[in-house]
Amino acid sequence: MDGGNSNQQGMHTTPFTAPPRQEMEYICADCGVKNEIKAREPIRCRECGHRIMYKKRTTRMVQFEAR
Amino acid sequence: MAEGSGSLYDPRRHVRILSERVRDVSSVDYPGHFPGEDHSWDLAKFTENFHLEVQRLSQRSVEFDLVGVDASIANAFRRIMIAEVPTVAIESVYAWDNTSIIVDEVLSQRIGLIPIHVDPRRIDVKSEGDESTDRNTLVFNLDVRCSRNTKAKRGATADSELYINHEVLSSHLQWVPQGEQAEVFEADPPRATNPNIVLAKLRPGQAVKMELHAVRGVGKDHAKFSPVATASYRLLPLVVLNPDKPVPKESAEKFAACFAPGVIHVDKRSGKVRVEEKNLRKDTVSREVLRHPEFEGCVELKRIRDFFLFHVESESAYPPEDLLPEAIQILRGKIAAIRQATEALLDEDQTMDSQDAMQTD
Repeated sequence: MDGGNSNQQGMHTTPFTAPPRQEMEYICADCGVKNEIKAREPIRCRECGHRIMYKKRTTRMVQFEAR
Repeated sequence: MAEGSGSLYDPRRHVRILSERVRDVSSVDYPGHFPGEDHSWDLAKFTENFHLEVQRLSQRSVEFDLVGVDASIANAFRRIMIAEVPTVAIESVYAWDNTSIIVDEVLSQRIGLIPIHVDPRRIDVKSEGDESTDRNTLVFNLDVRCSRNTKAKRGATADSELYINHEVLSSHLQWVPQGEQAEVFEADPPRATNPNIVLAKLRPGQAVKMELHAVRGVGKDHAKFSPVATASYRLLPLVVLNPDKPVPKESAEKFAACFAPGVIHVDKRSGKVRVEEKNLRKDTVSREVLRHPEFEGCVELKRIRDFFLFHVESESAYPPEDLLPEAIQILRGKIAAIRQATEALLDEDQTMDSQDAMQTD
């Protein structure tokens, strides 16, 4: 998410491409439960075993014109 | 009734409604139309013929008669009420969260259309490039989250029982006073005119979180700023019976049925028909009576050209009876602007003339 994070753990050389290591929350397409999925983990819902996940909406503000 | 200039039966005021066409639509009361008659505009004559009367007034709508003005003036008032009387409406939407099934753009548009109860005369216009201040912008918060109602009875099926906040309503708008607004709007805090407008439906886990900025605008910019739901007029109908050819007694009821109920009175004993003048405005001028050969020549359908029956429904902070005065104010402002411009033009001409004169000297 935040590209300016200076978190370099586990990365080789380039510090500016360092991705922030945080668990991403996804929403199960079947049961709607929140799932934390880490890298190289099987994509599978903990509750129902469904294999389709939705990404959560951005928490950033989005501006619209009411027209 | 006498056939004077103020009478409904003055043929010069009549628009004739024939079976397949409408005649005498244009007004004739202008100079030069009738030879030897002075029709130049005269204030005394105008005030004599002018008449304004409220027929019905409720919280949301008003019906009034505007008599003795030209169609251009009546139409100007109608158009100004629709497009140029200012109101306050939500213009900018800042969305942090919207997981409802209504997409952001559509929800924003729906939010913009909510009539806001705030006196527009207390808000300044925010022109393009202006910064938002407490004088020109109202801020509302919309923060609704749906959850399951744990106290719902077993077997309940209604959404309102099963869930908490299953609908985003216009009553969920929360006004956030900025600067001096808390004092200015203390007596009558800004809110949605109607608290029951459904903006979106929610299910447990879904939420809407937005900040909304309302500004003042006019209907010609966007219909959401229009203060009226409808503002329309029609001309007063007139039914004139021919005294030389009365309606046949046996078909009197059929004759009455050709008009709206109450327009034609049938005398039970003699079978004579009579026009109920106070109910004339109820007539729809359907021309049904002109379809039947037995009524040919019995009756003439007309409308009064300068008798406007207005119907205005307010859907804004304005009480309905305030809309015409506001429209008149705006029209007067336009007239003042034109007058100033013409006077400036005249002055310019005069100075140019005097300059020319000096040059030739």
